[in-house]
Amino acid sequence: MKFRLSIALCILAAFFFGTAFAGPAQQSSPQDARRMPTGDSVVPDTVSQALLERGEKLYVRRCGGCHSLDRNRTGPRHRGVYGRKAGSVADFRYSKALQLLNLIWTAETLDRWLENPAAVARGTSMGFRLGKADERKAVIAYLKSLSDTAERQGKN
Amino acid sequence: MSDNAIPMPSRRALLGATGRTLSVSALAMVTGSGIAGISSAHAADPSQDVDILNAAIALEYEGIAAYQIAATSGLLQPAVVEIGVTFQGHHKGHRDILVKAVETLGGTPVTEKPLEEYAAGLNVASLRNQEDVLRLALRLEQGAANAYLGLIPSLGVNFHQVAGQMAGDEAFHAAILANALGEPIPKAALIFG
Repeated sequence: MKFRLSIALCILAAFFFGTAFAGPAQQSSPQDARRMPTGDSVVPDTVSQALLERGEKLYVRRCGGCHSLDRNRTGPRHRGVYGRKAGSVADFRYSKALQLLNLIWTAETLDRWLENPAAVARGTSMGFRLGKADERKAVIAYLKSLSDTAERQGKN
Repeated sequence: MSDNAIPMPSRRALLGATGRTLSVSALAMVTGSGIAGISSAHAADPSQDVDILNAAIALEYEGIAAYQIAATSGLLQPAVVEIGVTFQGHHKGHRDILVKAVETLGGTPVTEKPLEEYAAGLNVASLRNQEDVLRLALRLEQGAANAYLGLIPSLGVNFHQVAGQMAGDEAFHAAILANALGEPIPKAALIFG
């Protein structure tokens, strides 16, 4: 009889504590919290440090023949380019095609531009194409990270 | 901007383009491509070639200026100056070929900027010793090799070979400079492009 009573009490206790604490235990799990967005959550930042480092290396090697971050050369300087209007660096002499281009540089427009500049602005003097989508993604992420920094520092 | 928004070329531009296309054999003589019989992938718009070739001329002017600044900086050993002047001669050769090509296409080649503008653009004031100069030269040569390889798809077919030749020259310069700096040999293939 005592044995049966003990089992019944254990079942009751398990039921009670399980019900009472199962919910809070799930909500407090950091892993689950990341998986389950709430109404006011933001989209996680999926740009990894590795992607930015790859983007920087690609930028130096592929874009560095004509561009620098802070100085105009054959092409205009690039710091702050993400989110900037095309052809808008004040002290750079753009081609007519870029002067007339009504475009804001975003991930989507930069991707199209780097894939084939003349398809975006016929008459541009930039003939360089970055053919691989993953390389464009890395370079754009790098440029965006610089623009974010410039914006935070009020240098955009 | 959608492709639909791209303005159509004027009749005058088209007529000019036709005239320029007819000079393909002269162009082949300039570039030494020997492919005059092959129609250009950009035959309908050689003005795009002019714009791109002019950017390449600007790139070469910067390279010429960089070696000039380096040679007169007092930071380099005489033997290094000699190598730099030789590389500068290659860039002058590129410039001359590109200028002739633009003129043959009926365009106007871009002109050289004052030396101080190149010096500012390259931030040469930050150079302190020979290694700094060599690292700058290496970055420029690597960038130039990649620039030529990256613009080949945008150029008319008559210029593919000469752009490849120029990329080869820049890669040769980069290899010499990297060796002088003790840079490791890249393990993976397809070092450029």
